[in-house]
Amino acid sequence: MTALVRAAFALVVFALSFAARAQLTIEITGAGANRIPIAIADFAGEPGVSRAVAMVVRADLERSGLFKLVEAGAPLAENAAVNFADWKAQGADALVVGSVQPTANGRFEVRFRLHDVQKQASLGGLAFVMAAPQARTTGHRIADFVYEKLLGEPGIFSTRIAYVVKSAGRFELQIADADGMNPQTALASREPIISPAWSPDGGRLAYVSFEAKKPVIYVHSLASGKRHVAANFKGSNSAPAWSPDGRKLAVVLTKDGASQLYSVNADGSGVVRLASSAGIDTEPFFSPDGQFIYFTSDRGGSPQVYRVSSGGGSAQRITFEGSYNVTPRLSPDGKNMAFVTRNNGRFQLALMDLATRQTQVLTDSDKDESPSFAPNGRMILYASEIGGRGVLAAVSSDGRVKQKLSVQAGDVREPAWGPFLKN
Amino acid sequence: MSKKWMIVLGAALIAGCGTTVDPEQPGASVEDRNAKSIDGADVKRVTPEDNLGTALAAVKQGVLAKRSVFFDYDSYVIKDEYKSLVEAHAKFLVANPRVKMLIQGNADERGSREYNLALGQKRAEALRKMLALLGAREEQIEAVSLGEEKPRCSEGSEACWSQNRRDDMLYTGEF
Repeated sequence: MTALVRAAFALVVFALSFAARAQLTIEITGAGANRIPIAIADFAGEPGVSRAVAMVVRADLERSGLFKLVEAGAPLAENAAVNFADWKAQGADALVVGSVQPTANGRFEVRFRLHDVQKQASLGGLAFVMAAPQARTTGHRIADFVYEKLLGEPGIFSTRIAYVVKSAGRFELQIADADGMNPQTALASREPIISPAWSPDGGRLAYVSFEAKKPVIYVHSLASGKRHVAANFKGSNSAPAWSPDGRKLAVVLTKDGASQLYSVNADGSGVVRLASSAGIDTEPFFSPDGQFIYFTSDRGGSPQVYRVSSGGGSAQRITFEGSYNVTPRLSPDGKNMAFVTRNNGRFQLALMDLATRQTQVLTDSDKDESPSFAPNGRMILYASEIGGRGVLAAVSSDGRVKQKLSVQAGDVREPAWGPFLKN
Repeated sequence: MSKKWMIVLGAALIAGCGTTVDPEQPGASVEDRNAKSIDGADVKRVTPEDNLGTALAAVKQGVLAKRSVFFDYDSYVIKDEYKSLVEAHAKFLVANPRVKMLIQGNADERGSREYNLALGQKRAEALRKMLALLGAREEQIEAVSLGEEKPRCSEGSEACWSQNRRDDMLYTGEF
């Protein structure tokens, strides 16, 4: 390892340990029924960077609950001849090989190739040029490639999540990579922060902050750290939801009395009432095609999910079973709806197939809240409580894969999974 | 001796000990500004703000110092036991039209945060309406909700939850 590389690495390690205190730890508590056995060999070439990249690829795929890692042994370059019979004997269905070579300007060229061991064929590969601190980002992109090639749906390893950490009278709105690493604080406050919602382009977060002794909606640009008030009317302002085109927010205002649905432009202009009821209307969420707004309402006597055309009109009731069904969140393909239902005093995450209205309860916990779909629709991130502490958990939409995400000292709540980022 | 004067004196002493007294800022003018407070002839300007201050001193004592109204589970009805308290606050608001009040409604922790925010709003709104009926002016009162976010008690029991289902009344200067 050259001195320059070593220095770059020391920096990465320092940055990681610095953030470790507030970092989310992800634990896999349930896995898929048929996990794909895959071997990810250490990449050939520069060993430090190679190990860092391969480690991220392995951790990502394993954490998804859909892959089983097969021991890979010595480093293998992407252009080396592959002995498929050997890999088959070791039980691997897929194999990732690659290399890391330093370039003239202190950067690295990372190449990799994915092989289908059964078919003895290459499924393709990519090359990246990166600086040493981008080893994790590169690893996530390789994992996304492998995931998509083998499962036929995009991977979410390069996406980010937002959540709120409460510790000792302090609230922090944090953004981390989907694996919980690199947490960054977008907002720290002594007053609560709730309901973060990602803009469709992933560049902004809308949220509710109580720093003015009342709930006010802000829109916060992540790159610049600048924010503006999107709704601060007399009374409470809450529950922001982005329209799919990112131009408008559905919000809940109380300026005319009870909590009701309105639409505002993202800059705070142009307030229009969306629906009207004698009771509470809250928790709006746009269907991915922008046609409907799903929301919670107690207009029928108990809180239930309804939907209204985003252009207004009369509401249609969606949930009928039980006396408490709240927080509707649609899957990215618009086919399923995650929501929170109360069963014998326990609040649990449920999933409804919107075509058949079939409902399945996905969790067996007591205090589940705030579901949020991964952008590929595979996992649902939500808030829960274990031993009196707020944790995040994720469950696959078939209920099999389960993960727990917690921080060392503090409560984590209000998760929101960010969108795919366009490259 | 007033605190302000002690600070000035202290500063003067420190300045005296030092070697770099700024000739542009002679100590004398500082002493002059505070001279009146030494002999007790403190001149106070009488402004509307001071009237408001006098009025607001009243809300720190007696029945007006009581600021919370508690609710039953799933209920937004102001119970009879709080009627005299609400009447006292309404009377004060009527007598002091420039005083403003922020009502913060709260809910217990069970269920969705946003739905609980809406429940807290319903409680705040119930109190706002009652104060308005008793003569308080529309622009004097703002009803908002803190939902389940600011619990007074954080154990998971009914005894605790009943303390969290409440409205708090805050006056000008307190929010």
